[in-house]
Amino acid sequence: MHYVIIGAGPTGVLAAEHLRKLDKHSDITIVGDEPEPPYSRMAIPYHLIGNIGEEGTYLRKDEGHFEKLNINVRQALLSRLERDTKTLTLSNGETLSYDKLLLATGSHPIQPPIPGIDLPQVSTCWTLEDARKIRDLAGEHAKVVLMGAGFIGSIVLEALALRRVDLTVVEMGDRMVPRMMNQTAGNLLSAWARSKGVTVHTSTKIESIRANKSRWWRRAKHPLKVHLDQGEELDADLLISAAGVRSNFDFLEGTGIETEQGILVNDHLQTNDPCIYAAGDVAQGRDFSTGEYTVQAIQPTAAEHAKIAANNMVRDNSVTHRGSVNMNVLDTLGLISTSFGLWMGVDGGDSCELLDEADYRYIQLQFDGDVLVGASSLGMTQHMGVIRGLIQSAVPLGKWKARLMDDPTRVMEAYLATVQAQAVAAKV
Amino acid sequence: MLKSLHIDPGKCTGCLQCELACSYENEKVFNPAKSRIKVFNFHDEGRFVPYTCTQCDEAWCMHACPVDAIKLNLANGSKDVHEDICVGCKVCTIACPFGTVNYNADTGKVVKCDLCGGDPKCASACPTDAITYVDAEMTGYDRMRAWAAKTDNNANAQA
Repeated sequence: MHYVIIGAGPTGVLAAEHLRKLDKHSDITIVGDEPEPPYSRMAIPYHLIGNIGEEGTYLRKDEGHFEKLNINVRQALLSRLERDTKTLTLSNGETLSYDKLLLATGSHPIQPPIPGIDLPQVSTCWTLEDARKIRDLAGEHAKVVLMGAGFIGSIVLEALALRRVDLTVVEMGDRMVPRMMNQTAGNLLSAWARSKGVTVHTSTKIESIRANKSRWWRRAKHPLKVHLDQGEELDADLLISAAGVRSNFDFLEGTGIETEQGILVNDHLQTNDPCIYAAGDVAQGRDFSTGEYTVQAIQPTAAEHAKIAANNMVRDNSVTHRGSVNMNVLDTLGLISTSFGLWMGVDGGDSCELLDEADYRYIQLQFDGDVLVGASSLGMTQHMGVIRGLIQSAVPLGKWKARLMDDPTRVMEAYLATVQAQAVAAKV
Repeated sequence: MLKSLHIDPGKCTGCLQCELACSYENEKVFNPAKSRIKVFNFHDEGRFVPYTCTQCDEAWCMHACPVDAIKLNLANGSKDVHEDICVGCKVCTIACPFGTVNYNADTGKVVKCDLCGGDPKCASACPTDAITYVDAEMTGYDRMRAWAAKTDNNANAQA
């Protein structure tokens, strides 16, 4: 048996390790296209801050980790997939045959069609190679424009601000992280970022980026001129584009593997070819809260997908994926925000919120009947995971719903009184 | 034989010795706010519930970590945060459905119970035996974990 995994990110690596755990003898090969050992993109901001070296981003730190597990790691791109012969052709000319294939090719940053987006001082913040470029161009006091204050943009924002650059953020939406926070929380986050010296433009688009040309009588001080739709013009040494991501599945064109936003999978994370599975950012898997199939592109979902897909590749689809809870945690210059599940609420549901604007603290909960279905918070760091526990166990809160409506910070107590109480009772 | 913490809320008087012992052992300060075990006070019912990580088998925190900073301690079964590797991304703090991994802004890292390396100070500090450190099989925790695991996709992943 030969298991081949395309993609050497967290999903690919976790899946390979899980495959090895369940099947000691088969051949396992990971194919990744980047030159570095498998690493975590999520760790790049911490590398830019200077907390860790490049090796600190590596998914596994021990020397010879993959060799010890007898997992082959190849550096190449997948050029061709032939399903009828179960053959893969790699960019280095090599061919591999597989018995079961896992597509864990992740996602890539979208490059919006803005004039000047291909100038050399414009970069995404996605790969270690990008990180090296940002390191070079984003020195202290450099003028940096960040396009996009979504989830990834806001994480990059923290890294840039801590590098002490002169930072301007330009977001199209009417608030920061519009897909993770409501108006109240988004505005509070903008106010916080401004208080830390970051210039924040919301409801603003970048129209064009131009090279700021040197003349013989004058050397341009900053290589870029960034034009905003509201007429303003910004000088910049570097523009970082964080305008969203899209799943990597273009290589499937003509193979008959079905795709939409991502690769379509069933509840076994299997594609329409029974020998081919997909997991992580590329997989359009079930969302726990909505029951719909969407690309979540978050680390905990990647980890869940990886384990389930690996299990199902070895043990004949014995695990059903019941859906992953969409959730995020974000640190914006020391202000920590979270969002879980249906944080925007459901029709006919109840919600409650508590706001302490002066201290930048906020929490809001969403209920469907007496079940917690979503939440978001700012400035809270203790026991936050329990919100996931409450959502995923879908436990009826009974009298605790009223108590939470009264004081939404009591989630941990509500959890102990409901979920854990049931667990203890189940013991008997 | 692996041991685990056994918590009997019925015996807890809310004295918070466990929190003081924990914070002193791990942070060198007597400060309940820095404790990894937390006693919840249910005023209405006059009940106290000590609560910390159960070192669950699913180890959501460990699997969600993008840099392999949470590792299984083979000696006592705990899942330990390796501070030198943790980058402080906090994904584990939302992935743990028990809410027992927390972010420490002072260090920029996450903290969780590591059973004090096999000699949990909360248990030795508890004057009423509400917290004891006993053979894992006697605690019923396995069943509790199994129940809790029903909330998870991986519940039936293992034979």
